[in-house]
Amino acid sequence: MSETKNETTTRTGVRSVEYVKSLDSKAPGGPIEQRWDKHRFEMKLVNPANRRRYTIIVVGSGLAGGAAAATLGEQGYNVKCFCYQDSPRRAHSIAAQGGINAAKNYRNDGDSIFRLFYDTVKGGDFRARESNVYRLAQVSVNIIDQCVAQGVPFAREYGGYLDNRSFGGAQVSRTFYARGQTGQQLLLGAYQALSRQIAAGTVKMFPRTEMLDLVVVDGRARGIITRNMVTGKIERHVADAVVLATGGYGNVFYLSTNAKGCNATAIWRAHRRGAFFGNPCFTQIHPTCIPVTGDHQSKLTLMSESLRNDGRIWVPKKKGDTRRPQDIPESERDYYLEERYPAFGNLVPRDVASRNAKQVCDEGRGVGPGGQGVYLDFSDAIKRLGKQKIAERYGNLFDMYQQITGENPYEVPMRIYPAVHYTMGGLWVDYNLMSTIPGLFVAGEANFSDHGANRLGASALMQGLADGYFVLPYTVANFLAGVKPGGLSPDHPAFAETEAEVADRVRRLLSINGKRTVDSFHRELGRLMWDECGMARNDAGLRKALRRIPELREEFWQNVKVPGEGGELNQELEKAGRVADFFELAELMCIDALHRTESCGGHFREESQTEDGEAKRDDENFSYVAAWEYTGNLAKPELHKEPLIFEYVKPSQRSYK
Amino acid sequence: MKLTLKVWRQKNGKTPGEFKTYQADHVSPDMSFLEMLDVVNQDLIIKGEEPIAFDHDCREGICGMCSLMINGVAHGPKQAITTCQLHMRSFNDGDTITIEPWRALPFPIIKDLVVDRSSFDRIIQAGGYISVSTGSAPDANTIPVPKPDADKAMDAATCIGCGACVAACPNGSAMLFVAAKAAHLSFLPQGQTERHQRAVNMVMQQDLEGFGNCTNIGECSAVCPKEISMDTIARLNRDLIVASLKGIEPTVQPAKAKAS
Repeated sequence: MSETKNETTTRTGVRSVEYVKSLDSKAPGGPIEQRWDKHRFEMKLVNPANRRRYTIIVVGSGLAGGAAAATLGEQGYNVKCFCYQDSPRRAHSIAAQGGINAAKNYRNDGDSIFRLFYDTVKGGDFRARESNVYRLAQVSVNIIDQCVAQGVPFAREYGGYLDNRSFGGAQVSRTFYARGQTGQQLLLGAYQALSRQIAAGTVKMFPRTEMLDLVVVDGRARGIITRNMVTGKIERHVADAVVLATGGYGNVFYLSTNAKGCNATAIWRAHRRGAFFGNPCFTQIHPTCIPVTGDHQSKLTLMSESLRNDGRIWVPKKKGDTRRPQDIPESERDYYLEERYPAFGNLVPRDVASRNAKQVCDEGRGVGPGGQGVYLDFSDAIKRLGKQKIAERYGNLFDMYQQITGENPYEVPMRIYPAVHYTMGGLWVDYNLMSTIPGLFVAGEANFSDHGANRLGASALMQGLADGYFVLPYTVANFLAGVKPGGLSPDHPAFAETEAEVADRVRRLLSINGKRTVDSFHRELGRLMWDECGMARNDAGLRKALRRIPELREEFWQNVKVPGEGGELNQELEKAGRVADFFELAELMCIDALHRTESCGGHFREESQTEDGEAKRDDENFSYVAAWEYTGNLAKPELHKEPLIFEYVKPSQRSYK
Repeated sequence: MKLTLKVWRQKNGKTPGEFKTYQADHVSPDMSFLEMLDVVNQDLIIKGEEPIAFDHDCREGICGMCSLMINGVAHGPKQAITTCQLHMRSFNDGDTITIEPWRALPFPIIKDLVVDRSSFDRIIQAGGYISVSTGSAPDANTIPVPKPDADKAMDAATCIGCGACVAACPNGSAMLFVAAKAAHLSFLPQGQTERHQRAVNMVMQQDLEGFGNCTNIGECSAVCPKEISMDTIARLNRDLIVASLKGIEPTVQPAKAKAS
């Protein structure tokens, strides 16, 4: 980063710093298709005999973390991998259903690396870095090769070759899948590769271990402080580089499709230690989830977007129509996506589908209890293809739906409603996936890169594995080649201080002994965020949230009740620490959402829309990544801007009509 | 709905446990089983008691983290689902429900309903993979896989590693878990090279961990949330016979059994 800076104060009162050279993305120049190759050649290497002298910490064992730990282990580094679950095989990547994109063009339908790159930049509403996205599209083809070799049982055609399906935001079939369990199968592939390295002794695995802070020594990430979730022991781990692959922060909203344990603590603690946070307000609301049934609801369940290939989305034309769906004649149904977006129909990108669902429900045409739902109807597809074909494609999803709702989707249309699903925002990283703290790398959903303001379906798995298998093994090596291995004792004062802070926080949480449970605070925060910083945001609502969040956070620290002790398995204590961090992150999300007065992708500012209600970008003022620096004052973070320059995909109003 | 719960409470692996009885008075039929436990726990916390510890994560039936013996049946009364997918509409108002952890020697109790299943990880580490390093793969369509084989591999690969098979087995055998992984990889051309060594090593590790032997009772498959077929066990046994004819010895070191 350059030292020269110009300070301005924006309308929303946020102090903004525009570095003259701005944040250095380190993205190489030259023709885009040669950048990664050129960069790979220019990066430094570590001699195979020296690799075991370097210790790399990988936090998280999902697609990005598991793949990185396994690959770095294969290359001979000394890897320590951490996960909060009881086994690395359970990371939440496992729940991804629909598929993984790759520009293989096996269908001969016009796909190419450039088209996948183009679709991803456009789908992200022109808020991603071109160089990164191009690299992602390039390595996508290697991912499929690697996974097949590992034994991932992708769907096949009768000739024995790989099958593909289409997904939202694309007009080609480039999505590889393993029934509705693609994430599970890809994760098991990475888990098996990781297991092989654990057996070989290159990776040491720490399950049921949670990272509670990052240790920075002389400006470099040098280790982490963890809590053993079984014994409660707080421990120090020293390394030459740290990789965070800890997933997204959708659980800020309490109700989301994330696993219950998903949390932002690792990235938030790293943020507080100096890592900038990129585009925190960019969250994705997935259009096809099972609607909420009551206050007891603990999480939301996604129905794969692939269902939109064959299901038709509709609501009654009349407001408050309480007839059973089968009793509503065709002429009184509004297939609103097909109507408004004839080119893409039911396969419009997620943000567009979600906003339209909200709109028809807000008009009073929603279906099901509380009117918070729209129909996803398979009766035409069943008529056309037969029940068996539909069962083959979506059987497990239909079973899951019936399990949860008690309704049979082969007979009555599914009811769906949008839910928080993915966070495009995350720690800011450069082209090497390194954060603003040297030696701290961030991969997968935990970083901000690649998806801009909206992620296309089947691209999360692609990015996680791209980062883990094919990017980090090069870029981490490049970093390590420039530093001497080891040379730091866990007795260093920075470790002692950080450990003391962590232990103190744990003690504080246990000693409050107030009157409200952790969950009750989390629900209240989630509801506030969903209402004011969810599918649609506006100035007044965000300001209201920014007043309320600090009050609620204050109350949390005065009145939360965390039973039990620190030196044992204590699930309430685990939750309390995570919710405390969500309270801080929530404020930053609202500050970011308030400052970005344009609409783009998943960030819809009601003040900025086109005449027909579509998101209206403001490229002149907001074509940048907002990278926030922690200043010690949660209400006054400092904004840094990385300008986005589009050389290959000219920003245009996204149109799916 | 009003329910009476008899729940196994145990402070840790060193302290003896016991059943405790709780009343759950505000249960909605739309709640999942774990949401019902959440509600009970919220009340316990407010009353100043320790909530019931149980493992869970994705709550959509795929991560394999949740467990529970519900009225003596792994994952409860409904077939082909996990505990987190079980909804209270499967019970009746006034029911008494007994909730226990998985019970098996290689799954020691950590607390209440939480057990340690790391023995499963060590079985996979013993050979439940294809030895291919990142970067060395040929183009994905180089080797066609007949669709029926790919489908059978996928049927076996859906195993979520929850451990219900072990908890249900009177012998405490992990054979269905081992067989599912062996079948997943042995149905694919990529898995052939190490097929027999893999079978021998995983079964050896299973023995070292203290799991029992398989006597084809079939409880495992009956409770499996992913309906893994016992055919996979027959296939694994065939691989073991071929391995013995070929003279393939396990390469797992007994000393490494408990090292993770």
